[in-house]
Amino acid sequence: MSFASRRPAALHALVVGFLILWVVAAAFPFAWTVWGSFKAEADFFSRQSWWMAIEGTRTQAQTGSAFTLAGYEGAWVKNEFWKAAINTLIVTLSVTIISLTIGTLGGYALARSSYRYAFWILIAALVFRAMPHITLVSGYMLPFFQLNIWGVLPTTIIVLVAINQPFTLWMLHSFFLSIPKDLDESAMVDGCTRFQAFRLVIMPVMWPGVITTGLFSFLLGYNDFAVTSMLLSQDNQTMVPKIASFLGSIQNEGNVMYAVAAVVSATVPLFLLVLFFQRQIVSGLTAGAVKG
Amino acid sequence: MKFTKTFAAGAVSLAALIAGTAAFADCGIQGAGSVRILSNDFEALRIVNDVATSCATAAVTVTANATAEHKNIQGPALTVNPAEYSVAVVANNSIVPLLNEDLIRPLDDLVAKYGQSLQPNQLIKIDGKVMAIAFMGNGQHMFYRKDILEKAGVAVPTSYEEVLVAAQKIKDAGLMDYPLAASDKPGWDLAAEFVNMYLGTGADFFAPGSAELAIDNENGRKVLETMRAMTGFMNPDYLTYDANELNKIWDAGSVAIMSQWGSLAGAATDPATANADIAANTAFAAAPTIGGGTIPAAALWWDGFSIAKNISDADAEVSFQAMVKGISPETVAAHPHAATWLVAGYEPGPAAVGVIGNATGGARAYPMQPYMGLLHTALSAELADFIAGKEEADQALADVKAAYDTAAKEGGFLK
Amino acid sequence: MPHRTFFAFILPSILAMALFITLPIISVVVQSLFVQHEAVLITVENCTPFGCETQTRVDTEAMAKLQEERPLGQFAGFANYFNRNHLALSEIASILSDNQGIGDIVGRVFNLPFYKALSFTLVYCFLVTPLAMALGFAIALAVNTLPRLLKGPTIFVSILPMIITPLVGSLILAWMFNPTGILGASLQSLTGDPTLSLRASPVLTWIVLLAYGVWTNGPFSFVVFYAGLQTVPQDTVESAKIDGASRWEVIRHVIIPHLAPLATFVALVQLMDNFRVFEPIVGFSAEANATSLSWLVFNDLVGQDSQLFGSAAATSVITIIGVLMLVAPVLRRTWRDFTQKAV
Repeated sequence: MSFASRRPAALHALVVGFLILWVVAAAFPFAWTVWGSFKAEADFFSRQSWWMAIEGTRTQAQTGSAFTLAGYEGAWVKNEFWKAAINTLIVTLSVTIISLTIGTLGGYALARSSYRYAFWILIAALVFRAMPHITLVSGYMLPFFQLNIWGVLPTTIIVLVAINQPFTLWMLHSFFLSIPKDLDESAMVDGCTRFQAFRLVIMPVMWPGVITTGLFSFLLGYNDFAVTSMLLSQDNQTMVPKIASFLGSIQNEGNVMYAVAAVVSATVPLFLLVLFFQRQIVSGLTAGAVKG
Repeated sequence: MKFTKTFAAGAVSLAALIAGTAAFADCGIQGAGSVRILSNDFEALRIVNDVATSCATAAVTVTANATAEHKNIQGPALTVNPAEYSVAVVANNSIVPLLNEDLIRPLDDLVAKYGQSLQPNQLIKIDGKVMAIAFMGNGQHMFYRKDILEKAGVAVPTSYEEVLVAAQKIKDAGLMDYPLAASDKPGWDLAAEFVNMYLGTGADFFAPGSAELAIDNENGRKVLETMRAMTGFMNPDYLTYDANELNKIWDAGSVAIMSQWGSLAGAATDPATANADIAANTAFAAAPTIGGGTIPAAALWWDGFSIAKNISDADAEVSFQAMVKGISPETVAAHPHAATWLVAGYEPGPAAVGVIGNATGGARAYPMQPYMGLLHTALSAELADFIAGKEEADQALADVKAAYDTAAKEGGFLK
Repeated sequence: MPHRTFFAFILPSILAMALFITLPIISVVVQSLFVQHEAVLITVENCTPFGCETQTRVDTEAMAKLQEERPLGQFAGFANYFNRNHLALSEIASILSDNQGIGDIVGRVFNLPFYKALSFTLVYCFLVTPLAMALGFAIALAVNTLPRLLKGPTIFVSILPMIITPLVGSLILAWMFNPTGILGASLQSLTGDPTLSLRASPVLTWIVLLAYGVWTNGPFSFVVFYAGLQTVPQDTVESAKIDGASRWEVIRHVIIPHLAPLATFVALVQLMDNFRVFEPIVGFSAEANATSLSWLVFNDLVGQDSQLFGSAAATSVITIIGVLMLVAPVLRRTWRDFTQKAV
């Protein structure tokens, strides 16, 4: 923007100071966690002084070195975190792809329909989004056991897709509103069916919005705890419930360092994701949400 | 005490059992069918599950699902026919919903047929019928620091009144600012503290034969007063301490006396991870008594397995055999420190002193009344303001009663 | 778009939502209108490894019969909604009719679990949403002035708090805010008060939770606003400046109006999400000082030994109604847009 060059020094200092403060606030907890994941629990979560996490006093005593890979080894090797990672990959990718496929069609239809029911579908979707997930999940249990589909990945994927639909529909609906109607309507005047128009005219221009929506779907599938912890059996567990199980229960000690190592491991793909799709997140939102 | 004798008998018969150790690989399961285990997720249960799983043969399939969500899964999973799981590993509290809904089967026949390695005290009998087989015990008891008590010149306290006196002395001697700790985090933990102490008074939670709450009395007030008095010697953050957190502040050396789970005693003295200075001075004892009572003020817990009702008899038979194998004296002999086992041949190690002390001292079991869970829930939310110092004991008891009554009406236990 | 085409397009989406959201919601609403059958209790002797005791148990045969006659339980109407553990109408009435002034009323109302949870939920929702939006807007403006080279990394870092798994994010911060953690200890030495604990007093706990909320919600607003800033028409900005508008006036009269539709979208999403605040309460172990409606549902269903479906169902329905009331203004706007589109 052009007024960058003409900014007074005081304002400039203020802006830079504010940004530095924010960057530290945003990044520090992550840096601290990554650092701590190579320490023993008694250091990283020291109840004596946080300085022990810097020096690694107890890590030194326990392992003979100031850094240890024990957390990673425990999580990945001993507790087979890689299985959970594979499950997460399957669940997240499937959820994202299915959500986007059916959400794109639905969102497009909502954006192009002027009947009242389309509005009510949108409102209903909004109401659905308001429901605490945990309530929904406890309603699924009995029917899923009856149908003998509990505990497996496909069931969880479909449930996550459904729970994700309201947001996907809203986001894509607003996005398609920003694509001029004339575009597909003129294609239809030229003899295309509605679906052909969608495929030939709309699809080529919809990717920014779809990618942004996809990222949010991805995050939902990736971060979900309520659904995955209740609907998956131990062998099919994804990463987040697995991390929670490292934390221990009331009467039994967990191994928090496994959890920390797992958290760091689980955040790496998200880092890469943000790194690669940064521009799409921003530009997609520009196109998609401006119409609100 | 009847229990004391059986417990001791179990410990003594160790030698006899080692002689009769069978080979691990072949479990000798008769019949064919499938074993499907649902359990909580912690070390001792994983061991049991692993042994049971190793019993799989061409005729017997064994799968295990260990998850922290087991309490929420077991209801619907055992309701369907055939049930998703043939075995549910339960405890005093989690067996209750299964009993209420009639989802588990009596085991008397199976015990007679395949239960030779079980001891009489392992049988959980409801109305005379064996409904579950216990294999480990647990409970909250006292952890104390030998060195600190010595420096302050106090004997190991045996009652909560003495605990308070000792805490005052430790504080006065300048040894520690906050010598006491307990899992007072609102939620399940806080309610468990109340239940422990109230059991220690010898009084009952409910009017006999009904769901009418009976804690609004002198005993209830005494328990709350004691809990409040103890918070005076606790770190100001005591409201955020759950059991896992207690072990960490213990390890940091900032507490002299605390009430903590027996299942976490091993970790506090584990040479691999514990602070060596602290661990060397850590000792365990039975929970203190309260208000002139004579029994340790702590609930005793058992973990055991039950067999689903909605499965074929063939599955039930193989499931029972696999689980008996899983909790067999051989398993216990191979992992003596994983838990306070109730199995024949178990010789309590130093970490089991507290739980055994509770049991021999005559502590009571966590109640199995159908509506105990509702009371626990009511306590867990309504005692928060009291323990935070924001309201008085009378108000807290009235709140608990109001919350419990409401829930019990929803649950059909009260009119 | 003709009905047929419309439904052909939207069918898979509708089907998924109908099966996995509408049906459970209907069952939840129905459930909330019933209470369990009156339990038939019998007194029995129970023996455990720790001795025998006389206790009661449910007579499952008698119950099975009742259950068969009326599988849903006893119809209770709105009793579940109005009882003490929810809206507590009769308790409120008695407090209002017999009290010792405003302070007494407030104290006693907030002693009721539902109102305690509601108060934190509302405060969180109405403080975190605008503050996070303001923070996001400020970051967006600031990042926009950065040279191109620095923009990328800054955006990347700024997005981090949004993508972290909420439970994990709050756990990490809770560990740091612990009195012996790096932030807690630093605050102690900064204030010179060695007993300062952010988790011991209700006020400080609330502040920490709110700060966490702003931290984790800010980036979403930032992303949306930053994206919006890229579409601000430059000629309008230039002409405003030629007319002598100050920096602030440009922001006030050009940029903010341009971003207003985006702000509506962000507010809608964030109000709804913040109304369901749950993870930070568990992550920060803040149950003593702060509970929320979602936490009540969680406590009824998962946190305890016995699941209270009817009670959880009632709280869930109340939550939905609460969210609807919150977003009503936005809905009205959408309706207006929609009817305009129809014309």
